[in-house]
Amino acid sequence: MTTATASRPETEKSAFDPRVEGQRLIKEWYAELEQANELGQPVANVFVMGNAVEILRAFDFKLVFPEINSLQTGVRKSSEEYIRLSEDYGMSPDVCSYVKADVGLILKENRHPVGRIPKASLAIASNMCSTFIKWAEIWERWLKTPTFVLDLPGQRAAGWQVRPGDAQHSADSRWVEAQFAELIARCEKITGKKLDLDKLAEIEDRVNRMVGHWNNVMMLNRRTPAPYNAMLDGLTYIGIMNVHRGTQEGVDFMRRLEQHLEAKVARGEGRVKDERFRLLFSGTPCYVSMRRLVELFENWGGVFAYSDYLTFAAGGMDAAELRYDTSRPLESLAEVTAIAAQRGLSNQFFAHERLAQQIRDYGTDGVVFHGIKSCRFVSSGMADTREFISRLDVPTLYIESDLIDPRYWADAQIKNRVDAFFEALGQRGSRRAS
Amino acid sequence: MKYTAGVDVGSTQTKAVILDGERRIVGRALLDMETSMQTVAQDAFRAALENAGIAESDVAYVAGTGYGRYNVTFGKEQVTEISCHARGAVTLFPLTRTVIDIGGQDTKAIRVGPDGKVLNFTMNDKCAAGTGRFLGAASFALEMPLSKLGPLALQATNPVRITTTCTVFAESEIISHLSKGLLPEDVLMGVHQAITSRCVSLARRVGIESEVTFTGGVSRNVAMVHLIGEEIGMRVNVSEDAHFCGALGAALFAHDRVFGAQPQAAAA
Repeated sequence: MTTATASRPETEKSAFDPRVEGQRLIKEWYAELEQANELGQPVANVFVMGNAVEILRAFDFKLVFPEINSLQTGVRKSSEEYIRLSEDYGMSPDVCSYVKADVGLILKENRHPVGRIPKASLAIASNMCSTFIKWAEIWERWLKTPTFVLDLPGQRAAGWQVRPGDAQHSADSRWVEAQFAELIARCEKITGKKLDLDKLAEIEDRVNRMVGHWNNVMMLNRRTPAPYNAMLDGLTYIGIMNVHRGTQEGVDFMRRLEQHLEAKVARGEGRVKDERFRLLFSGTPCYVSMRRLVELFENWGGVFAYSDYLTFAAGGMDAAELRYDTSRPLESLAEVTAIAAQRGLSNQFFAHERLAQQIRDYGTDGVVFHGIKSCRFVSSGMADTREFISRLDVPTLYIESDLIDPRYWADAQIKNRVDAFFEALGQRGSRRAS
Repeated sequence: MKYTAGVDVGSTQTKAVILDGERRIVGRALLDMETSMQTVAQDAFRAALENAGIAESDVAYVAGTGYGRYNVTFGKEQVTEISCHARGAVTLFPLTRTVIDIGGQDTKAIRVGPDGKVLNFTMNDKCAAGTGRFLGAASFALEMPLSKLGPLALQATNPVRITTTCTVFAESEIISHLSKGLLPEDVLMGVHQAITSRCVSLARRVGIESEVTFTGGVSRNVAMVHLIGEEIGMRVNVSEDAHFCGALGAALFAHDRVFGAQPQAAAA
């Protein structure tokens, strides 16, 4: 961890407000979606992970992110209404709340708090999450939305990882590329256009630039004080990384964001006025109460300097150091997708080692694990990871709620755990003080 | 002004403890919950003052703890019950390294250092299974006071397995077993074993290290003390003041504020 020093001599306070600008971009994206069906534009439903958005953008598809639609119902405090509709229909309380909010959206004839969500002409699912496939089946059966499922090779064995360029990676890349060829044929049929490889290369170049800025943005939070909160501000940033992946607006946002944060670092300005504890958040957010959760931590001077969610859910999954080779855009897209899928799917095997490295990189005093009712897949490995981290003598806290179902948020109990965690941290003292 | 106080506003009862300048307990009070947490906190404090035979003006500092700690409006500080039970347990039994606290709606397992500092903790999920409320359900179903449950359970010869983890469903499960003619002591032992299983599982998550001290209202139940000891394979410390452990911890934090932190020593 380094203390705050200016990496570039920027002293003028930036007029760019990432929260306001991020909200504007999201609002405009929804406004565009609202008109898509009317204008006869092709629309695709895609998930945040394993989605081939670069290909879809090359065909000018308008992109709907059902996960983001669902989380937005949480942010806008209306998720329960949508979830209950799906439960009234007969879905179990144990089903993923993202799925249930989306089913509620269908039952409400696509009326979302931010506007009407268009009907998709194609849905891309992948095996990155088994629920994705079931979810897409609902669209296919209810809405007759054709589904394309990408089969992305996962981890073969514990303790071993595919490395870029090795024989396994080459084989995996060919497998993914063959599926892309099929997908391209489907897109050509839907849009009546041929794939323009130059356009794909331009999109990939913009993604490369976004990822470069994004990596720098995450690096900036290694400074003390941390210029942003990974689990509040960071969620806005990854929203843009997903929704505007490969657009010029996305590049401009991330470039300005990096400059804005560099200026904050140069001024020694932190997200928290008096930063006492630096924390790492592991797991998925509780969008319906995220502001409250962050408040509970910031009241104690605790800031989330990093979260594994920032890489996991930033569109590129976890291959951020890899760049597209725009001279061979399709092959390169397959190569990056194949390795990103490996890393994304293999999180359970290597999460503990990566988390230990991130604790060192971000100089964190403790780790907060957030298990969610909706997804036992991402929550089940936390017991092992927590046990590993505890052996490193790093304090950990486990709290549980949900992505967007407010019925799983118990404020008094969560506050009690957070307060007790800080009392224990206070007794130990910050690592910086030692 | 040589006295300090701790008030533990819990989910079912409020406890208050007064300490003198030597950290000896000189006053205690235990009241059932009322609608107004602020009123019951005040009433418990006054009852403890009366028990100690001192006036409010003799108390230099009051700390609140428990879920209702922010209702101790006359207190100068709020500390969570996790920190307070840890501090209280190490004061009552200085060799304590693991604390199991079972209250009305909460079960906690806390691993503590020799100085009473919290090293790790875990609590029951957003569900009252494995807490005192589970015993409350049994008490209601059997129409029997809480104080009689433990002794009766220890008479069981063929304990029933309670399968539900839900406190609400447990009540109907108990009634169902009784209606089949099963003996109340066997059903009750099943209830106690179910709670033990849940709370020992929590304790294993933080790592059980000797000595183990059992605190909270449920520590007054002899069957629970017996079963927890049996399950973890070691003797369990239970103080006569176990029920007041959270309030004692709060009073000790209050004492630190007035007299400065001092090394741990057993309270009288």
